[in-house]
Amino acid sequence: MIPGVDGFMYPNEVELQWSILIVLYPYITGLVAGAFILASLERVFKVEAVKPTYRLALLTALAFLLVAPLPLQLHLGHPERSMEMYLTPHSSSAMAMFGFVYLWYLTVVLLLEVWLEFRADIVRFSQTTTGLTKVVYRALTLGSQNISPAARIIDDKVGYAVTVIGIPSAFLLHGYVGFIFGSVKANPWWSTPLMPIVFLFSAMVSGIAAVMLLYIVAMKVKKRVIDMRCVDTIAKYLFYTFVIDFTLEMLDLIHRTYEADESFRSLDFMVHTRLMVSQIILQICLGTLVPLALLAANQLWRFREAARRAMYTVACSLTLMGIFAMRWNVVIGGQLFSKSFLGYTSYKMDLVTREGLFSAIGLMLLPFAIFFVLIKFLPPWPERETT
Amino acid sequence: MTHMDISRRDLFTVGGKLLLLASVGATLEQITGSETAPDAYKMADHWWGMIIDVDKCIGCGNCVRACSNENAVPKGYFRTWVERYQVEEGKENPRVDSPNGAIDGFPPNTDEHLKSFFIPKLCNHCADSPCVQVCPVGATFVSPDGVVMVDDTYCLGCRYCVQACPYGCRYLHPEKNTVDKCTLCYHRITKGLTTACCENCPTGARKLVDFKDPKDPVHEFLRQNKVQVLKPQMATKAKVYYKDLDGSVR
Repeated sequence: MIPGVDGFMYPNEVELQWSILIVLYPYITGLVAGAFILASLERVFKVEAVKPTYRLALLTALAFLLVAPLPLQLHLGHPERSMEMYLTPHSSSAMAMFGFVYLWYLTVVLLLEVWLEFRADIVRFSQTTTGLTKVVYRALTLGSQNISPAARIIDDKVGYAVTVIGIPSAFLLHGYVGFIFGSVKANPWWSTPLMPIVFLFSAMVSGIAAVMLLYIVAMKVKKRVIDMRCVDTIAKYLFYTFVIDFTLEMLDLIHRTYEADESFRSLDFMVHTRLMVSQIILQICLGTLVPLALLAANQLWRFREAARRAMYTVACSLTLMGIFAMRWNVVIGGQLFSKSFLGYTSYKMDLVTREGLFSAIGLMLLPFAIFFVLIKFLPPWPERETT
Repeated sequence: MTHMDISRRDLFTVGGKLLLLASVGATLEQITGSETAPDAYKMADHWWGMIIDVDKCIGCGNCVRACSNENAVPKGYFRTWVERYQVEEGKENPRVDSPNGAIDGFPPNTDEHLKSFFIPKLCNHCADSPCVQVCPVGATFVSPDGVVMVDDTYCLGCRYCVQACPYGCRYLHPEKNTVDKCTLCYHRITKGLTTACCENCPTGARKLVDFKDPKDPVHEFLRQNKVQVLKPQMATKAKVYYKDLDGSVR
């Protein structure tokens, strides 16, 4: 008997190949895509109520996007060869496209939109600050000091166009991540055409929840007034997106159960045993049903402001935990059962290795450090409005 | 008899000419070739695969040991392994074991009344390999003679191919940090030898075959026997054919 193994695994299957770092990869890219789509609500779809979070959403997306390739890089057996994916990409590989999708999204969409949005502030800071800070701001102006009304109109038009391009790009970024898993025909837990669309909607859910939570926390920390109209509107969109996401996941579940192909009994057993806590309790009950109930209650009844804030904070926190559990169940769950459907292995997470728990915690904290630096340099809120 | 005076100068001149002549002769011999060279291996003339006669396999593990020694396979990983199936009538799933890949064979059968047989496994060297399809840099490839291999000087170690292989034939080499797998003993078969596993099989249960060789017994084998590949629903065009494969085999 091999420790941690029940039944029969092909001998090379006992060891899991994709660790917690690969769980972080779709989680982080999902936050990016979701945050950007929330930002586009104001910019393209003219949902004025969410305007207070527009800049915050852009900076959140940027902070997480800068970290997105790091889990992959750390996971590689030969990180020094990663540039080969850009230099000699294999055209039939879904994974080979990651570098290009990432670069497109980072440079053409996000950096450009952030720069256009903050350009006027950058120019102003470059004139009012001194020393090293001034040098940084001057560099960030990219040589353009023109912030006349006419120039700002052009910025706005270009920014609008970039956001319009950005929405399908955000869909592409995360739908593509879903395709990496959904196209593996050898693995029935992953192989479904629903995977990209489930990933996409869960990305929107996590990104919206992250920005909403960051907004509430930031306002608390800075002792500013929380714009409840804004938060209520975001909560409404979060609820709608969550309903679609949950419906798609349930459709997948019902389809698998009804079809009951050769893998069904094995996967069903896995869900009821090794994934009981992470899937049934954390993902579905605590991470989906509870936040959905809290959000639904707010659509049906009008609670007092303090109660709403508390309910939204709990709902967003549970949602973020639930989506993380979903990524865990996809990535780790997909490797716990044997492709012979006759056995199960277990995932033993390392602590201080390159792919261990501490690396994962570091990678999850890094976007917040970047976010902190970004909001210091590019304050996303106006200077007034303190309580 | 005349007396000849040979000066030192003459000695160098004549000696130099002789040396030059000898060198030219040796070079010409090398170019023209005094011996007939063995037939050079032409990849386009071969299309390799394997046939496995399930009824002949006795589960001795010789093939696993031979492969491990020949290819310096790291401990705990397997380029080939043997599974023992014990099928009970009316039961949904068979009992399967492969203790340490069967490198030391199997313990005695626990139940003599069950239908029991051994299944040697290895990379199926699929013509439509999912592992080749997903490799982001093309480090995994099918050679023109039909062998799926990994260029370990190029592999990133991302392990997408390990996930994509339906048969569990790949692993990450713990020292090289690149993906490793059966090469069908490419270093041997290109020299006219068979694979280490086939050479060491005492019953001839596994045989290397060349589908492009009209004289290869594989053609007669495929005509005479009922054969199957593993997981045909995966549509990978696997090139390892099993004779009399039981439906319970995964």
